[in-house]
Amino acid sequence: MSLFVVTIVVFSLSHLTGDPVDAMLPDDATQQQIEDLTKHLGLDRPYHVQYVTFIGNALRGDFGQSTKWRGKSASTVVLERLPATLKLGGLAILISVVASIPLGVLAAVYRNSPLDRGASVIALLGQSLPAFWLAIVLMWIFAVTLGWFPTSGLGGLSYMILPAVAMAWFQVAALTRLTRSAMLEVLDSEYVKFAKVKGLTENVVIWKHAFRNAAIVPVTYFGVLAGSLLTGSVVIETVFAWPGTGLLALEAIRGRDFPVVQFVVLFFAVFYLFANLVIDVVYGLIDPRIRQD
Amino acid sequence: MGRTARLSRFMLSVPGAAFIVLVIVLIIPALFADLIAPHDPYKANIRSRLEPPFLFGGTTEFILGTDRLGRDVFSRIIHGAKFALGISMVGILLGAVVGTALGLIAGFLRGWWDATIMRAVDITFALPSILLALALASVSGPSFELVIFVVIFVIWGYFARQVRAETLALRELDFVARARVLGASEYRIMWKYILPNIVNTIVVLGTLQIGVVIILEATLSFLGIGIPRPTPAWGLLVADGRQLIVSSWWISFFPGLAILLTVMSVNVLGDALRDVLDPKSRSV
Repeated sequence: MSLFVVTIVVFSLSHLTGDPVDAMLPDDATQQQIEDLTKHLGLDRPYHVQYVTFIGNALRGDFGQSTKWRGKSASTVVLERLPATLKLGGLAILISVVASIPLGVLAAVYRNSPLDRGASVIALLGQSLPAFWLAIVLMWIFAVTLGWFPTSGLGGLSYMILPAVAMAWFQVAALTRLTRSAMLEVLDSEYVKFAKVKGLTENVVIWKHAFRNAAIVPVTYFGVLAGSLLTGSVVIETVFAWPGTGLLALEAIRGRDFPVVQFVVLFFAVFYLFANLVIDVVYGLIDPRIRQD
Repeated sequence: MGRTARLSRFMLSVPGAAFIVLVIVLIIPALFADLIAPHDPYKANIRSRLEPPFLFGGTTEFILGTDRLGRDVFSRIIHGAKFALGISMVGILLGAVVGTALGLIAGFLRGWWDATIMRAVDITFALPSILLALALASVSGPSFELVIFVVIFVIWGYFARQVRAETLALRELDFVARARVLGASEYRIMWKYILPNIVNTIVVLGTLQIGVVIILEATLSFLGIGIPRPTPAWGLLVADGRQLIVSSWWISFFPGLAILLTVMSVNVLGDALRDVLDPKSRSV
Protein backbone atom coordinates (compact mmCIF):
# COMPACT_ATOMS: atom_id res chain seq x y z
CA MET A 1 0.00 0.00 0.00
CA SER A 2 2.70 2.46 0.99
CA LEU A 3 4.55 1.36 -2.08
CA PHE A 4 1.54 2.02 -4.31
CA VAL A 5 1.21 5.60 -3.10
CA VAL A 6 4.95 6.08 -3.47
CA THR A 7 4.73 5.01 -7.13
CA ILE A 8 1.96 7.56 -7.75
CA VAL A 9 3.91 10.29 -6.01
CA VAL A 10 7.05 9.38 -7.91
CA PHE A 11 5.20 9.29 -11.19
CA SER A 12 3.49 12.64 -10.72
CA LEU A 13 6.59 14.29 -9.33
CA SER A 14 8.66 13.46 -12.32
CA HIS A 15 5.93 14.76 -14.61
CA LEU A 16 5.84 18.00 -12.74
CA THR A 17 9.51 18.51 -13.39
CA GLY A 18 9.09 20.00 -16.83
CA ASP A 19 9.15 18.61 -20.34
CA PRO A 20 12.07 16.29 -21.04
CA VAL A 21 11.63 16.92 -24.75
CA ASP A 22 12.87 20.48 -24.23
CA ALA A 23 15.93 19.18 -22.51
CA MET A 24 16.71 16.52 -25.08
CA LEU A 25 16.42 18.50 -28.27
CA PRO A 26 18.55 21.47 -29.28
CA ASP A 27 16.93 24.90 -29.02
CA ASP A 28 16.45 25.17 -32.79
CA ALA A 29 14.49 21.88 -33.12
CA THR A 30 11.49 22.03 -35.47
CA GLN A 31 7.92 21.51 -34.32
CA GLN A 32 7.90 18.20 -36.24
CA GLN A 33 10.95 16.92 -34.35
CA ILE A 34 9.34 17.86 -31.02
CA GLU A 35 6.13 16.02 -31.88
CA ASP A 36 7.97 12.94 -33.10
CA LEU A 37 10.02 12.66 -29.94
CA THR A 38 6.99 13.28 -27.71
CA LYS A 39 5.14 10.48 -29.49
CA HIS A 40 8.17 8.21 -29.38
CA LEU A 41 8.44 8.63 -25.60
CA GLY A 42 4.70 8.14 -25.15
CA LEU A 43 4.32 11.57 -23.55
CA ASP A 44 1.32 12.47 -25.75
CA ARG A 45 -0.94 9.95 -24.06
CA PRO A 46 -3.17 10.81 -21.05
CA TYR A 47 -1.50 10.67 -17.65
CA HIS A 48 -3.40 7.68 -16.29
CA VAL A 49 -2.47 5.65 -19.37
CA GLN A 50 1.15 6.66 -18.88
CA TYR A 51 0.90 5.64 -15.24
CA VAL A 52 -0.50 2.18 -16.01
CA THR A 53 2.21 1.67 -18.62
CA PHE A 54 4.79 2.83 -16.09
CA ILE A 55 3.60 0.34 -13.45
CA GLY A 56 3.26 -2.49 -15.95
CA ASN A 57 6.80 -1.95 -17.17
CA ALA A 58 8.12 -1.41 -13.65
CA LEU A 59 6.78 -4.79 -12.55
CA ARG A 60 8.77 -6.36 -15.35
CA GLY A 61 11.84 -4.46 -14.18
CA ASP A 62 11.68 -2.01 -17.05
CA PHE A 63 11.88 1.62 -15.98
CA GLY A 64 12.48 3.07 -19.42
CA GLN A 65 15.53 4.42 -21.14
CA SER A 66 17.61 7.17 -19.66
CA THR A 67 17.27 10.33 -21.68
CA LYS A 68 20.53 11.84 -20.53
CA TRP A 69 22.80 8.80 -20.63
CA ARG A 70 21.82 7.60 -24.11
CA GLY A 71 21.56 3.91 -24.82
CA LYS A 72 21.24 2.86 -21.18
CA SER A 73 18.15 1.90 -19.27
CA ALA A 74 17.27 4.01 -16.24
CA SER A 75 17.78 1.09 -13.90
CA THR A 76 21.23 0.35 -15.34
CA VAL A 77 22.32 3.95 -14.88
CA VAL A 78 21.25 3.90 -11.24
CA LEU A 79 22.43 0.41 -10.39
CA GLU A 80 25.85 1.10 -11.91
CA ARG A 81 26.28 3.92 -9.44
CA LEU A 82 24.91 1.96 -6.52
CA PRO A 83 28.10 0.15 -5.42
CA ALA A 84 29.86 3.46 -4.86
CA THR A 85 27.06 4.67 -2.60
CA LEU A 86 26.80 1.36 -0.75
CA LYS A 87 30.55 1.29 -0.12
CA LEU A 88 30.48 4.79 1.30
CA GLY A 89 27.26 4.19 3.24
CA GLY A 90 28.59 0.89 4.58
CA LEU A 91 31.75 2.53 5.84
CA ALA A 92 29.68 5.33 7.38
CA ILE A 93 27.47 2.80 9.19
CA LEU A 94 30.54 0.92 10.37
CA ILE A 95 32.09 4.13 11.71
CA SER A 96 28.91 5.14 13.48
CA VAL A 97 28.42 1.77 15.13
CA VAL A 98 32.06 1.31 16.15
CA ALA A 99 32.24 4.82 17.57
CA SER A 100 28.86 5.21 19.20
CA ILE A 101 28.04 1.87 20.84
CA PRO A 102 31.09 1.77 23.15
CA LEU A 103 30.80 5.50 23.76
CA GLY A 104 27.12 5.24 24.65
CA VAL A 105 27.68 2.22 26.90
CA LEU A 106 30.62 3.76 28.73
CA ALA A 107 28.81 7.08 29.10
CA ALA A 108 25.97 5.24 30.83
CA VAL A 109 28.26 3.15 33.04
CA TYR A 110 30.33 6.14 34.13
CA ARG A 111 27.37 8.46 34.42
CA ASN A 112 28.21 12.14 35.02
CA SER A 113 31.93 11.46 34.55
CA PRO A 114 33.99 13.62 32.17
CA LEU A 115 33.53 10.85 29.59
CA ASP A 116 29.76 11.12 29.87
CA ARG A 117 29.93 14.88 29.47
CA GLY A 118 32.21 14.47 26.48
CA ALA A 119 29.70 12.09 24.93
CA SER A 120 26.86 14.54 25.40
CA VAL A 121 28.92 17.31 23.80
CA ILE A 122 29.55 15.02 20.82
CA ALA A 123 25.85 14.23 20.66
CA LEU A 124 24.99 17.91 20.71
CA LEU A 125 27.57 18.75 18.05
CA GLY A 126 26.31 15.91 15.87
CA GLN A 127 22.80 17.27 15.88
CA SER A 128 23.90 20.81 15.26
CA LEU A 129 26.53 20.50 12.52
CA PRO A 130 25.21 20.86 9.00
CA ALA A 131 26.64 17.88 7.07
CA PHE A 132 27.57 19.90 4.00
CA TRP A 133 29.59 22.37 6.06
CA LEU A 134 31.26 19.63 8.09
CA ALA A 135 32.23 17.97 4.80
CA ILE A 136 33.80 21.18 3.51
CA VAL A 137 35.61 21.88 6.77
CA LEU A 138 36.95 18.31 6.97
CA MET A 139 38.15 18.64 3.40
CA TRP A 140 39.76 21.97 4.18
CA ILE A 141 41.57 20.75 7.30
CA PHE A 142 42.54 17.18 6.46
CA ALA A 143 42.84 17.23 2.69
CA VAL A 144 43.90 20.77 1.82
CA THR A 145 45.86 21.95 4.86
CA LEU A 146 47.29 18.73 6.27
CA GLY A 147 47.28 16.78 3.01
CA TRP A 148 46.46 13.49 4.74
CA PHE A 149 43.68 12.53 2.35
CA PRO A 150 42.82 13.27 -1.27
CA THR A 151 40.27 16.10 -1.63
CA SER A 152 37.68 14.36 -3.79
CA GLY A 153 36.83 11.76 -6.39
CA LEU A 154 36.40 8.02 -6.58
CA GLY A 155 39.12 5.82 -5.14
CA GLY A 156 40.23 3.48 -2.40
CA LEU A 157 39.90 3.75 1.35
CA SER A 158 41.84 7.01 1.62
CA TYR A 159 39.24 8.67 -0.65
CA MET A 160 36.40 7.30 1.44
CA ILE A 161 37.45 8.25 4.96
CA LEU A 162 36.50 11.93 4.92
CA PRO A 163 33.11 11.53 3.18
CA ALA A 164 32.24 8.57 5.41
CA VAL A 165 33.13 10.49 8.58
CA ALA A 166 31.08 13.49 7.41
CA MET A 167 28.17 11.16 6.73
CA ALA A 168 28.50 9.22 9.99
CA TRP A 169 28.82 12.22 12.28
CA PHE A 170 25.12 12.84 12.77
CA GLN A 171 24.44 9.13 13.23
CA VAL A 172 27.18 8.83 15.86
CA ALA A 173 25.43 11.53 17.84
CA ALA A 174 21.99 9.96 17.60
CA LEU A 175 23.20 6.41 18.29
CA THR A 176 25.32 7.45 21.25
CA ARG A 177 22.36 9.16 22.85
CA LEU A 178 20.07 6.21 22.25
CA THR A 179 22.57 3.64 23.51
CA ARG A 180 23.28 5.70 26.59
CA SER A 181 19.66 6.12 27.62
CA ALA A 182 18.85 2.46 26.90
CA MET A 183 21.83 1.36 28.99
CA LEU A 184 20.90 3.65 31.87
CA GLU A 185 17.50 2.08 32.03
CA VAL A 186 18.84 -1.47 31.95
CA LEU A 187 21.63 -0.80 34.47
CA ASP A 188 18.97 0.31 36.89
CA SER A 189 17.05 -2.96 36.68
CA GLU A 190 16.90 -5.67 39.33
CA TYR A 191 18.58 -8.44 37.35
CA VAL A 192 21.66 -6.32 36.67
CA LYS A 193 21.94 -5.54 40.37
CA PHE A 194 21.51 -9.25 41.06
CA ALA A 195 24.25 -10.15 38.58
CA LYS A 196 26.56 -7.75 40.41
CA VAL A 197 25.61 -9.20 43.77
CA LYS A 198 26.37 -12.67 42.43
CA GLY A 199 29.95 -11.45 42.10
CA LEU A 200 30.26 -11.38 38.32
CA THR A 201 32.93 -9.05 37.02
CA GLU A 202 31.96 -5.60 35.93
CA ASN A 203 32.72 -6.36 32.27
CA VAL A 204 30.54 -9.46 32.16
CA VAL A 205 27.67 -7.62 33.78
CA ILE A 206 27.93 -4.65 31.43
CA TRP A 207 28.42 -6.41 28.13
CA LYS A 208 26.77 -9.76 28.61
CA HIS A 209 23.84 -8.94 30.83
CA ALA A 210 23.08 -5.28 30.41
CA PHE A 211 24.13 -4.45 26.86
CA ARG A 212 22.38 -7.44 25.33
CA ASN A 213 19.10 -6.11 26.59
CA ALA A 214 19.83 -2.51 25.82
CA ALA A 215 20.90 -3.34 22.25
CA ILE A 216 17.33 -3.46 21.01
CA VAL A 217 17.02 0.30 21.11
CA PRO A 218 19.95 1.05 18.78
CA VAL A 219 18.77 -1.74 16.48
CA THR A 220 15.42 -0.05 15.93
CA TYR A 221 17.30 3.04 14.90
CA PHE A 222 18.93 1.25 11.97
CA GLY A 223 15.84 1.73 9.82
CA VAL A 224 16.13 5.49 10.18
CA LEU A 225 19.87 5.16 9.71
CA ALA A 226 19.51 3.43 6.35
CA GLY A 227 17.15 6.10 5.09
CA SER A 228 19.20 9.04 6.22
CA LEU A 229 22.36 7.62 4.72
CA LEU A 230 20.71 7.60 1.31
CA THR A 231 19.54 11.17 1.76
CA GLY A 232 22.91 12.15 3.16
CA SER A 233 24.59 10.67 0.13
CA VAL A 234 23.14 13.47 -2.03
CA VAL A 235 24.93 16.12 0.01
CA ILE A 236 28.17 14.31 0.77
CA GLU A 237 28.65 12.90 -2.72
CA THR A 238 28.12 16.36 -4.14
CA VAL A 239 30.78 17.93 -1.94
CA PHE A 240 33.34 15.17 -2.49
CA ALA A 241 32.43 14.51 -6.15
CA TRP A 242 31.87 10.85 -5.25
CA PRO A 243 30.04 9.30 -8.22
CA GLY A 244 27.26 7.43 -6.39
CA THR A 245 23.48 7.50 -6.62
CA GLY A 246 23.16 10.70 -4.60
CA LEU A 247 25.25 12.68 -7.05
CA LEU A 248 23.43 10.90 -9.88
CA ALA A 249 20.06 12.06 -8.53
CA LEU A 250 21.20 15.69 -8.68
CA GLU A 251 22.62 15.23 -12.18
CA ALA A 252 19.47 13.47 -13.42
CA ILE A 253 17.13 16.15 -12.13
CA ARG A 254 19.26 18.91 -13.59
CA GLY A 255 19.24 17.04 -16.92
CA ARG A 256 15.48 16.37 -16.58
CA ASP A 257 16.02 12.68 -17.03
CA PHE A 258 12.51 11.47 -15.98
CA PRO A 259 13.11 7.73 -16.01
CA VAL A 260 16.29 7.99 -13.95
CA VAL A 261 14.66 10.39 -11.47
CA GLN A 262 11.69 8.06 -11.10
CA PHE A 263 13.90 5.09 -10.53
CA VAL A 264 16.16 6.82 -8.00
CA VAL A 265 13.29 8.11 -5.87
CA LEU A 266 11.45 4.81 -6.08
CA PHE A 267 14.61 2.91 -5.30
CA PHE A 268 15.37 5.08 -2.25
CA ALA A 269 11.81 4.71 -0.97
CA VAL A 270 11.78 0.94 -1.49
CA PHE A 271 15.18 0.64 0.13
CA TYR A 272 13.90 2.53 3.15
CA LEU A 273 10.71 0.45 3.47
CA PHE A 274 12.70 -2.76 3.03
CA ALA A 275 15.26 -1.72 5.65
CA ASN A 276 12.46 -1.15 8.12
CA LEU A 277 10.96 -4.54 7.33
CA VAL A 278 14.31 -6.18 8.04
CA ILE A 279 14.53 -4.26 11.30
CA ASP A 280 11.13 -5.60 12.37
CA VAL A 281 12.34 -9.14 11.75
CA VAL A 282 15.64 -8.60 13.57
CA TYR A 283 13.70 -7.00 16.39
CA GLY A 284 11.71 -10.19 16.80
CA LEU A 285 14.90 -12.28 16.78
CA ILE A 286 16.49 -10.23 19.53
CA ASP A 287 13.43 -9.94 21.69
CA PRO A 288 11.15 -13.00 21.54
CA ARG A 289 8.42 -11.20 23.46
CA ILE A 290 7.70 -9.09 20.40
CA ARG A 291 7.40 -12.14 18.16
CA GLN A 292 4.60 -13.57 20.25
CA ASP A 293 2.46 -10.45 20.12
CA MET B 1 14.49 34.11 45.11
CA GLY B 2 13.90 37.54 43.61
CA ARG B 3 13.34 38.04 39.96
CA THR B 4 16.78 39.50 39.26
CA ALA B 5 18.47 36.70 41.17
CA ARG B 6 16.54 34.11 39.19
CA LEU B 7 17.36 35.90 35.96
CA SER B 8 21.07 36.09 36.67
CA ARG B 9 21.14 32.45 37.71
CA PHE B 10 19.48 31.49 34.43
CA MET B 11 21.98 33.56 32.44
CA LEU B 12 24.88 31.73 34.09
CA SER B 13 23.48 28.26 33.38
CA VAL B 14 24.09 26.33 30.17
CA PRO B 15 20.64 27.07 28.71
CA GLY B 16 21.18 30.69 29.68
CA ALA B 17 24.42 30.83 27.74
CA ALA B 18 22.69 29.16 24.81
CA PHE B 19 19.97 31.79 24.98
CA ILE B 20 22.55 34.61 24.89
CA VAL B 21 24.31 33.01 21.91
CA LEU B 22 20.98 32.64 20.13
CA VAL B 23 20.07 36.28 20.71
CA ILE B 24 23.46 37.47 19.48
CA VAL B 25 23.80 35.21 16.45
CA LEU B 26 20.22 34.92 15.26
CA ILE B 27 17.66 37.21 16.80
CA ILE B 28 19.41 40.58 16.95
CA PRO B 29 20.90 40.24 13.45
CA ALA B 30 17.55 39.06 12.05
CA LEU B 31 15.62 41.97 13.55
CA PHE B 32 18.14 44.75 13.10
CA ALA B 33 20.17 43.63 10.08
CA ASP B 34 20.05 47.02 8.39
CA LEU B 35 21.29 48.81 11.49
CA ILE B 36 24.16 46.46 12.36
CA ALA B 37 25.56 45.35 9.04
CA PRO B 38 28.51 47.60 8.15
CA HIS B 39 28.13 47.04 4.39
CA ASP B 40 25.45 46.40 1.78
CA PRO B 41 25.17 42.58 1.57
CA TYR B 42 24.35 42.65 -2.15
CA LYS B 43 26.78 45.28 -3.41
CA ALA B 44 29.77 43.87 -5.26
CA ASN B 45 33.07 45.71 -5.08
CA ILE B 46 35.77 44.45 -7.41
CA ARG B 47 38.52 46.34 -5.65
CA SER B 48 37.96 44.48 -2.40
CA ARG B 49 37.67 40.93 -3.76
CA LEU B 50 38.70 38.00 -1.53
CA GLU B 51 39.98 40.13 1.33
CA PRO B 52 41.03 37.90 4.26
CA PRO B 53 39.39 38.39 7.68
CA PHE B 54 40.75 40.73 10.32
CA LEU B 55 43.53 38.93 12.32
CA PHE B 56 44.26 36.80 9.24
CA GLY B 57 45.92 39.57 7.28
CA GLY B 58 42.82 41.63 6.62
CA THR B 59 41.56 44.94 7.94
CA THR B 60 38.82 45.90 10.38
CA GLU B 61 36.77 47.15 7.47
CA PHE B 62 35.86 43.58 6.56
CA ILE B 63 36.28 41.72 9.84
CA LEU B 64 35.24 38.35 8.37
CA GLY B 65 36.74 39.00 4.93
CA THR B 66 35.04 39.36 1.55
CA ASP B 67 33.84 36.92 -1.10
CA ARG B 68 34.64 36.52 -4.78
CA LEU B 69 32.61 39.60 -5.69
CA GLY B 70 34.02 41.71 -2.89
CA ARG B 71 30.89 41.50 -0.75
CA ASP B 72 31.38 41.71 3.01
CA VAL B 73 30.99 38.23 4.54
CA PHE B 74 30.06 39.65 7.96
CA SER B 75 27.23 41.75 6.53
CA ARG B 76 25.94 38.86 4.46
CA ILE B 77 25.84 36.57 7.50
CA ILE B 78 23.92 39.22 9.45
CA HIS B 79 21.35 39.56 6.70
CA GLY B 80 21.22 35.77 6.35
CA ALA B 81 19.84 35.51 9.89
CA LYS B 82 16.55 37.00 8.66
CA PHE B 83 16.02 34.06 6.33
CA ALA B 84 17.07 31.42 8.85
CA LEU B 85 14.66 32.85 11.44
CA GLY B 86 11.82 33.65 9.06
CA ILE B 87 11.79 30.33 7.19
CA SER B 88 12.04 28.25 10.34
CA MET B 89 9.29 30.18 12.13
CA VAL B 90 6.83 30.11 9.22
CA GLY B 91 7.66 26.52 8.27
CA ILE B 92 7.33 25.17 11.81
CA LEU B 93 4.16 27.11 12.49
CA LEU B 94 2.48 25.77 9.36
CA GLY B 95 3.87 22.26 9.87
CA ALA B 96 2.68 22.27 13.48
CA VAL B 97 -0.80 23.46 12.51
CA VAL B 98 -1.19 20.83 9.79
CA GLY B 99 0.32 18.04 11.87
CA THR B 100 -1.61 18.89 15.04
CA ALA B 101 -4.94 19.14 13.23
CA LEU B 102 -4.46 15.83 11.45
CA GLY B 103 -3.05 14.14 14.55
CA LEU B 104 -6.06 15.26 16.58
CA ILE B 105 -8.47 13.99 13.96
CA ALA B 106 -6.64 10.67 13.67
CA GLY B 107 -6.42 10.09 17.38
CA PHE B 108 -9.89 11.29 18.26
CA LEU B 109 -12.08 10.08 15.42
CA ARG B 110 -10.09 6.84 14.87
CA GLY B 111 -11.31 4.49 12.14
CA TRP B 112 -10.84 5.44 8.52
CA TRP B 113 -9.39 8.86 9.35
CA ASP B 114 -6.77 7.35 11.60
CA ALA B 115 -5.73 4.70 9.07
CA THR B 116 -5.46 7.17 6.21
CA ILE B 117 -3.63 9.88 8.10
CA MET B 118 -1.12 7.53 9.71
CA ARG B 119 -0.46 5.88 6.36
CA ALA B 120 0.22 9.33 4.93
CA VAL B 121 2.73 9.90 7.75
CA ASP B 122 4.49 6.64 6.89
CA ILE B 123 4.71 7.70 3.28
CA THR B 124 6.13 11.13 3.98
CA PHE B 125 8.74 9.48 6.19
CA ALA B 126 9.60 7.03 3.40
CA LEU B 127 10.11 9.67 0.72
CA PRO B 128 13.58 11.18 0.86
CA SER B 129 12.97 14.90 1.52
CA ILE B 130 15.99 16.04 -0.44
CA LEU B 131 14.88 14.16 -3.54
CA LEU B 132 11.40 15.63 -3.22
CA ALA B 133 12.95 19.08 -3.07
CA LEU B 134 15.18 18.31 -6.04
CA ALA B 135 12.22 17.19 -8.13
CA LEU B 136 10.11 20.21 -7.17
CA ALA B 137 12.98 22.64 -7.62
CA SER B 138 13.52 21.57 -11.18
CA VAL B 139 9.92 22.56 -12.03
CA SER B 140 9.63 25.87 -10.29
CA GLY B 141 13.27 26.74 -9.78
CA PRO B 142 14.50 27.43 -6.28
CA SER B 143 12.07 29.58 -4.30
CA PHE B 144 10.97 30.49 -0.78
CA GLU B 145 7.62 28.77 -1.26
CA LEU B 146 9.37 25.57 -2.22
CA VAL B 147 11.49 25.59 0.94
CA ILE B 148 8.44 26.21 3.12
CA PHE B 149 6.56 23.40 1.39
CA VAL B 150 9.41 20.93 1.89
CA VAL B 151 9.73 21.97 5.54
CA ILE B 152 6.02 21.37 6.14
CA PHE B 153 6.25 18.04 4.33
CA VAL B 154 9.17 16.92 6.45
CA ILE B 155 7.93 17.96 9.89
CA TRP B 156 4.12 17.60 9.92
CA GLY B 157 4.38 13.85 10.47
CA TYR B 158 6.28 14.23 13.76
CA PHE B 159 3.53 16.49 15.10
CA ALA B 160 0.78 14.23 13.78
CA ARG B 161 2.28 11.11 15.38
CA GLN B 162 2.91 12.70 18.76
CA VAL B 163 -0.43 14.48 18.92
CA ARG B 164 -2.27 11.32 17.88
CA ALA B 165 -0.55 9.27 20.59
CA GLU B 166 -1.46 11.78 23.29
CA THR B 167 -5.00 12.18 22.00
CA LEU B 168 -5.49 8.42 22.14
CA ALA B 169 -4.61 8.48 25.83
CA LEU B 170 -6.61 11.62 26.64
CA ARG B 171 -9.85 10.60 24.92
CA GLU B 172 -10.27 7.70 27.33
CA LEU B 173 -10.17 9.95 30.38
CA ASP B 174 -13.19 10.83 32.43
CA PHE B 175 -13.31 14.52 31.62
CA VAL B 176 -13.85 13.73 27.95
CA ALA B 177 -16.67 11.33 28.73
CA ARG B 178 -18.19 13.94 31.02
CA ALA B 179 -18.01 16.60 28.33
CA ARG B 180 -19.74 14.22 25.96
CA VAL B 181 -22.51 13.53 28.45
CA LEU B 182 -22.99 17.27 28.79
CA GLY B 183 -23.62 17.38 25.07
CA ALA B 184 -20.36 18.80 23.71
CA SER B 185 -19.84 18.15 20.01
CA GLU B 186 -16.87 16.11 18.80
CA TYR B 187 -15.36 19.25 17.32
CA ARG B 188 -15.76 21.11 20.60
CA ILE B 189 -14.19 18.29 22.59
CA MET B 190 -11.14 18.21 20.35
CA TRP B 191 -10.74 21.96 20.34
CA LYS B 192 -11.61 22.83 23.95
CA TYR B 193 -10.72 19.71 25.91
CA ILE B 194 -7.99 17.76 24.14
CA LEU B 195 -5.96 20.51 22.47
CA PRO B 196 -5.18 22.54 25.64
CA ASN B 197 -3.74 19.39 27.17
CA ILE B 198 -1.25 18.82 24.39
CA VAL B 199 -0.07 22.38 23.85
CA ASN B 200 3.06 21.77 25.92
CA THR B 201 4.01 18.81 23.77
CA ILE B 202 3.53 20.85 20.62
CA VAL B 203 5.66 23.71 21.92
CA VAL B 204 8.48 21.36 22.94
CA LEU B 205 8.35 19.50 19.64
CA GLY B 206 8.30 22.77 17.71
CA THR B 207 11.35 24.09 19.57
CA LEU B 208 13.26 20.87 19.02
CA GLN B 209 12.42 21.10 15.30
CA ILE B 210 13.88 24.59 14.82
CA GLY B 211 17.41 23.21 14.50
CA VAL B 212 16.29 20.50 12.10
CA VAL B 213 14.51 23.04 9.94
CA ILE B 214 17.39 25.53 9.86
CA ILE B 215 19.74 22.74 8.76
CA LEU B 216 17.23 21.50 6.18
CA GLU B 217 16.79 24.98 4.72
CA ALA B 218 20.54 25.54 4.63
CA THR B 219 21.11 22.15 2.99
CA LEU B 220 18.56 22.85 0.27
CA SER B 221 20.03 26.28 -0.37
CA PHE B 222 23.52 24.80 -0.42
CA LEU B 223 22.48 22.31 -3.11
CA GLY B 224 21.02 25.18 -5.15
CA ILE B 225 17.42 23.99 -4.69
CA GLY B 226 16.37 26.16 -1.76
CA ILE B 227 16.44 29.90 -1.47
CA PRO B 228 17.40 31.54 -4.78
CA ARG B 229 20.56 33.60 -5.28
CA PRO B 230 21.76 36.27 -4.61
CA THR B 231 19.92 36.18 -1.28
CA PRO B 232 22.52 35.85 1.48
CA ALA B 233 20.95 32.72 3.00
CA TRP B 234 23.53 30.88 5.11
CA GLY B 235 23.47 27.72 3.02
CA LEU B 236 24.11 29.72 -0.13
CA LEU B 237 27.00 31.56 1.54
CA VAL B 238 28.67 28.24 2.34
CA ALA B 239 28.10 27.11 -1.26
CA ASP B 240 29.68 30.36 -2.54
CA GLY B 241 32.96 29.51 -0.88
CA ARG B 242 33.00 25.80 -1.61
CA GLN B 243 35.20 26.00 -4.68
CA LEU B 244 37.49 28.52 -2.99
CA ILE B 245 38.11 26.55 0.18
CA VAL B 246 41.77 26.07 -0.72
CA SER B 247 42.56 29.77 -0.99
CA SER B 248 39.76 31.63 0.81
CA TRP B 249 38.41 29.43 3.57
CA TRP B 250 36.58 32.25 5.38
CA ILE B 251 33.80 32.50 2.78
CA SER B 252 32.42 29.07 3.70
CA PHE B 253 33.69 28.81 7.25
CA PHE B 254 31.95 31.72 9.01
CA PRO B 255 28.41 31.23 7.62
CA GLY B 256 28.62 27.56 8.61
CA LEU B 257 29.76 28.59 12.07
CA ALA B 258 26.68 30.81 12.33
CA ILE B 259 24.48 27.82 11.48
CA LEU B 260 26.31 25.64 13.99
CA LEU B 261 26.02 28.17 16.85
CA THR B 262 22.36 28.86 16.13
CA VAL B 263 21.31 25.24 15.88
CA MET B 264 23.37 24.22 18.89
CA SER B 265 21.85 26.89 21.12
CA VAL B 266 18.34 26.12 19.88
CA ASN B 267 18.87 22.44 20.69
CA VAL B 268 20.14 23.19 24.19
CA LEU B 269 17.16 25.48 24.79
CA GLY B 270 14.77 22.90 23.40
CA ASP B 271 16.08 20.26 25.78
CA ALA B 272 15.80 22.65 28.71
CA LEU B 273 12.27 23.60 27.71
CA ARG B 274 11.30 19.95 27.49
CA ASP B 275 12.57 19.36 31.01
CA VAL B 276 10.38 22.19 32.27
CA LEU B 277 7.20 21.62 30.27
CA ASP B 278 7.26 17.88 29.83
CA PRO B 279 8.91 16.32 32.88
CA LYS B 280 7.72 12.81 31.95
CA SER B 281 10.27 12.53 29.16
CA ARG B 282 13.16 13.91 31.17
CA SER B 283 14.91 10.57 31.51
CA VAL B 284 14.90 9.89 27.78
